[in-house]
Amino acid sequence: MSKPVIATASLAGCFGCHMSFLDIDERILDLIELVEFDKSPIDDIKKFSRPVDIGLIEGGCCNAENVEVLRYFRENCKILVSVGECAVMGGLPAMRNTIPLKECLEEAYLNSPTVAPEDRLIPADEDIPILLDRVYPCHEIVKIDYFLPGCPPSADLIWEALTALIQGRPLRLEYELVKYD
Amino acid sequence: MPDKIKFTIDGKDCQADPGMTIYEAAKASGIYIPVLCHFEGLKPVGSCRICSVRVNGRWMASCTQPVTPGMVIENTSPEVEEYRRAIIEMLFVEGNHFCPACEKSGNCELQALAYRYQIMVPQFPYLFPKKDIEAFPKFLLEHNRCVQCQRCIRAIQTPDGKKIFAMKNRSGRVRINVDKKLAASLSDEEAQKAMDICPVGAILKKEVGFRVPIGQRKYDKKPIGSEIEEKR
Repeated sequence: MSKPVIATASLAGCFGCHMSFLDIDERILDLIELVEFDKSPIDDIKKFSRPVDIGLIEGGCCNAENVEVLRYFRENCKILVSVGECAVMGGLPAMRNTIPLKECLEEAYLNSPTVAPEDRLIPADEDIPILLDRVYPCHEIVKIDYFLPGCPPSADLIWEALTALIQGRPLRLEYELVKYD
Repeated sequence: MPDKIKFTIDGKDCQADPGMTIYEAAKASGIYIPVLCHFEGLKPVGSCRICSVRVNGRWMASCTQPVTPGMVIENTSPEVEEYRRAIIEMLFVEGNHFCPACEKSGNCELQALAYRYQIMVPQFPYLFPKKDIEAFPKFLLEHNRCVQCQRCIRAIQTPDGKKIFAMKNRSGRVRINVDKKLAASLSDEEAQKAMDICPVGAILKKEVGFRVPIGQRKYDKKPIGSEIEEKR
């Protein structure tokens, strides 16, 4: 039997969840025995090469590219997991959700005290993904099957969830595993 | 000594002194009923409904309802637990609760309840309401996190008995309002008391922050309510 295939992505996140994933330490040797990796920043594979069993999504959706990548994952992954506060609820990027986008851009690119007068310009190049009106949790864009909160979720929680999914057993959620910070 | 009142919680025989509320009687028997707006020593208002139980089949707020003989109380039935879970989730989506950026994280009762119920994601859509932050000489009032429990209103008074916090507006627009003049006269101790009595990170004492390291905070190791259940 072939090994389950894993893919990961970081959308509007800080890569902290990926770092936490790598925090499984020596269990990474078990992981290599257990699964194969497809599209992921960890192996730098850019496009899906086969159907994927489990997709891990870090970060919410703040721009059009995030939405495209997320939909690409949904099409190619049997199971999709929101990993971390940003994927689950938007996280810190979603702090802009109560401020109109125009005000955010003006503050960042026009009115900020660190903007030099000659640099006062809101970027609008077609190569730059367009910002969404607000930051969306992943499950508001596509169907998400499982959620792992935490900023970041601990390596133990990610490991427990991943091994439970691979082995097809229920999660053993010790109290200390589920944290939002 | 008046006779003890006999009743059951989830089929377990319990006894209580007359005058006790269901919440107090359960606590005395080592049974935890989750509360949020209620705080020991304050007059209960029964506004958050997290302490709801079913008594002889009817919903009641256990922090306000006195226990009476023969009550058959459901506290941990799937229906009761599902109802409480939904309330916790509604409180999360109705405010802007960015736990990673909140200095009450780890000591927050709303968060601790969500941990106890192992809520991975709310079943309701996030509303991201527009709320503001007010600054006073001794504390900050973070409306994004306020759950309108009214604890601060009940607990914080000036030495001559004037209230510093009050409710303003109604229904979805309701918010905590502060008497600016009285707030300016608040002592450091009173500001600390206001912060401690707030179940969430809505009242924050100024000039201190993140004092307790991660791992040593109130709900890092043990679920909320375990201190009551340990006495059973």
